[in-house]
This record gives sequence, C-alpha cells and structure tokens, in this order.
Amino acid sequence: MGARARAWLEERVPLADVVDALRHKRVPHHRYSVWYYFGGMTLFLFGIQVGTGALLLLYYRPSATEAYESVQFIVTRVPFGWLVRSIHAWSSNLMVGCAVAHLFSVLFLHAYRRPRELTWVTGLILLLLTLAFGFTGYLLPWNQISFFATRVGTDIAASVPGVGHGLVRFLRGGNDVTGATLTRLFGFHVAILPAIATALVGLHLLLVQRHGMSVPPSVERDAAGSPGTVRSIPFLPHFILRDLFAWTATLAALAALSTFYPQELGIKADPFAPAPAGIRPEWYFLWAFEALKHVPATIAGINGEFVAVAVMGTGAAAALALPFLVPQTPTGHRVLVWLGVAALAFMGGMTALALTGGAP
Amino acid sequence: MTSMEKGPGRRSLLNWLLGLWGGGVLGSVAYPVARYLAPPDIPEAATLSVGAGSARALAPNSGRVVPFGSRPAIVVRTPAGELRAFSATCTHLDCTVQYRPDLQRIWCACHNGQYDLNGRNVAGPPPRPLDSYDVNLNGDEIVIVRRS
Repeated sequence: MGARARAWLEERVPLADVVDALRHKRVPHHRYSVWYYFGGMTLFLFGIQVGTGALLLLYYRPSATEAYESVQFIVTRVPFGWLVRSIHAWSSNLMVGCAVAHLFSVLFLHAYRRPRELTWVTGLILLLLTLAFGFTGYLLPWNQISFFATRVGTDIAASVPGVGHGLVRFLRGGNDVTGATLTRLFGFHVAILPAIATALVGLHLLLVQRHGMSVPPSVERDAAGSPGTVRSIPFLPHFILRDLFAWTATLAALAALSTFYPQELGIKADPFAPAPAGIRPEWYFLWAFEALKHVPATIAGINGEFVAVAVMGTGAAAALALPFLVPQTPTGHRVLVWLGVAALAFMGGMTALALTGGAP
Repeated sequence: MTSMEKGPGRRSLLNWLLGLWGGGVLGSVAYPVARYLAPPDIPEAATLSVGAGSARALAPNSGRVVPFGSRPAIVVRTPAGELRAFSATCTHLDCTVQYRPDLQRIWCACHNGQYDLNGRNVAGPPPRPLDSYDVNLNGDEIVIVRRS
C-alpha cells in the first residue's frame, strides 16, 4: 500500500496512536509465560464457534419435527457439512478445556490480584457463559442423549427453593422438554448468549490491555533479589507471533479431531422412550453428573438435590468473589493453591469415576 | 437568596426527576420482557386412562413404556405374572425409567435410581416412589387408569 493511500486511510480512520501504543507495549517473559496463551486460544476458538455456528444456521431448522433431520441433512448431504458440524462440536469442547486451563493458570499464578479483580470476574462469567453455550447447543440436534441430558439439567433448577418451578418453566418454555424448549434454547444459543458474551469479551480484553499481563508473585520476588527487573518481550510482533503459533496449533488439533473422530448424531429423541443405558453428559459436566449420583435422597432431613445445588451455588459465588476474599499474603496464596488443587482433584476424581464405573 | 444557594436544591430535584425518568423507562422495558420470558400456561385436558397395548404380548418379568397424556407411563408384568403400572418419570431428575429383568426392578439409566415392583424407591438417589396407576383389562388390551 502506498504512502498516499495510508495517509488517506489514516485521515479517515485515525489509528496511528493505537498502533504506536501497541508497538511500545511489552509483555512479561518468564518461566510461566506459556500459561498466558490459553486465554488467546479460548478467544480463537470463540471465533471458530461464531464462524461455524453461522454456517450451521444456513441449514439448521429449530423445531422438534425438523431439527434432527436438518442436522442429518447437514452431515450427509451438504458438502463438508460433516466437517463444519464436527468442528463446531469439537471446538466447543476445546474451548471449555482452554477456558478451564486459563482459569486455573490465573488462579495458580495469582493474576486475579488488585487491580485485576474485575478481569477475573468477567472471565469467570465468560466461563459460565461458555458452559451455558454448551448446554443450550447440546439439545439442538434433538437426539435421545441430548433430550435426556436437557431433562436432567433443567430439572436440577427445580430444587432451588421458592422459584425452582418458575425457573424450570423459564428454561423449558413449559413444564416439559418439548419443541418449545428446543426453540427457546436455540434462541439463547444463537442470539442472547452471543450478545452477552461478545460484550463481555470486549470488556475482558479491554481490561487485559489496560492492565497488561500480571507477573506471578514468585517471579516478582526473584526479580526483586536480582539487579535486573522482570524480563519482557515486545507485544508486536514477538508476543502476537507466539499467540498466532498457539492458534495454528489449536487449529491443527481441531482439524485432526474433527476429521478422525467426527461427532456422532445418535438416534432421534423420543419423549416416550426410556432413557438409554450409558447416558451421560458432555465430559465437562461429568463430575457434577457423577456427584449427583452419590448424593442421597435426603441429607439430615433436607432434600439431597437442594443440598447439592446449594453447595455448587456457594462454590460459584465464592469463585466469583475470590479476588476479594483471598488475603494477599504468602499464606493466603498457599491456601488458595491448595483449595484449587483440591477442587481439581475432586472434579478429576469424579470424572474418572464416571468414565470407569458403569451402571450395574 | 442568591442563585448559588438555590443551585443544589434545584440540582437534586433535577437529578431526582432524571432518575425517575430513567427508572420509568427501564421498568417499562424490563417488565414486559420479564413477563414475555415466562411461558404462558397452556391448560391440558387431564388424561384419566389410556390403552397400553396387548397384555399377552407383555411377557412375565418385562415392562413397556407408553404415553400417558404428555408424559410416559410404564406397565410391568411381574415375574409372578401380575400387571402393574406407574408413572415412568423418575422422581429424581425427570428421566424416563425402564424395566430391568436382571434386577427385577424398575431402573433409571440417568443416575442409577431403582424402584421395586411396587414403585417404591429402593436404591440410588430418587427421593420418592413412582406414582402408581390402576391396571384394567379390556379383553386383551391393558388399560391404565389414573387413581382419583
């Protein structure tokens, strides 16, 4: 592009100061830097979801009578339809994985500390939104497994005291999981959740840009002892190129998984068939699914379901408020790390139990 | 009284009016949206009885799930040959149960809940027994009837 064209553009779209700021921006570089890339990978996969989701919309029909057949049409008749659907499904799985890895790396590296509390809060809400995307999208092919997963998932809300029944009706668009639920979850999946998520991603990225990357306390301590400060690399082009490398690797993994392990469609949902044996939700809900199996009907006279929902709700609320709850002392940090490890161990253990222990 | 002294009083009145205006606009948008999100109640004629297929075709120690209005019901022939019918909706988290001949129990695949042949919750997480229905025979046809 010639200098005159650039000048013409700059006059109408003045961005030179922004590019200049990015040129001067530097990113800390230390032994834990690799963990910085999971946030970018999650963003990349979000982009993939928007793109493949838009493509699926061209053929998908959100009604109980047509949804299954339209997905069948996409994967059997539309050129590369199987690939687009498979990428959308695999990308959602990888996105949850990357978002969880990002969350725990932020936790273990204590990047939630002042002044980044709101970056943590927006990030955690984005993770919850990602799970909501997964849950609402799961029903859309209208197959047997997703039908019962949605029955179970929405019925969990019934144990919230007072508003439980109204909440279930809000989620299902009626008392039962029917075509009305499909239409409703479709609306959440393609319009309401993306609108909220896009706004929050914008805010999250703005905060990350304004605050810069956090340097872990241990790296800060090491740097304080030595004459030099923490090493850093330029954002443009060094960090961006590394980010692009991570994105390319993600794309390669995604293409390989989607091609060699394409997503099954299963059999069409039948509201009057028994729940199939071996039914289970997506892997990221497996730990909760397995935990629910072990919750007794009543705990000390209280409905067991309610106790489970209360524990999970308290956990989520504590996680949201985490930056404000953790004392900024080495002991506080250590306790948090152990709590994080315990949470990971619990979720990992429950998932392993769900994968190995079949029903009798 | 100077205009400086009048200022704060007028300003707080204006702020109050501005807040009222904003709150009114927000409320007038939020209320219909919230009402719109809650689905309307569609009254459904209560199903009192349904035909549940041939009695002869249902072998001892087996079961069959049939529609009962908008929800599923299960008819079971016990190993002793007796016919029984229950709601097929698991009382735990709303899955549809099935008959397990090897356990001689009604079983829910979702969270491994189990009910005995009287519909009582005997294992796993279900908090309540299954609702039971009466079973009548009309020739060879099983008719299940909601208890009044």
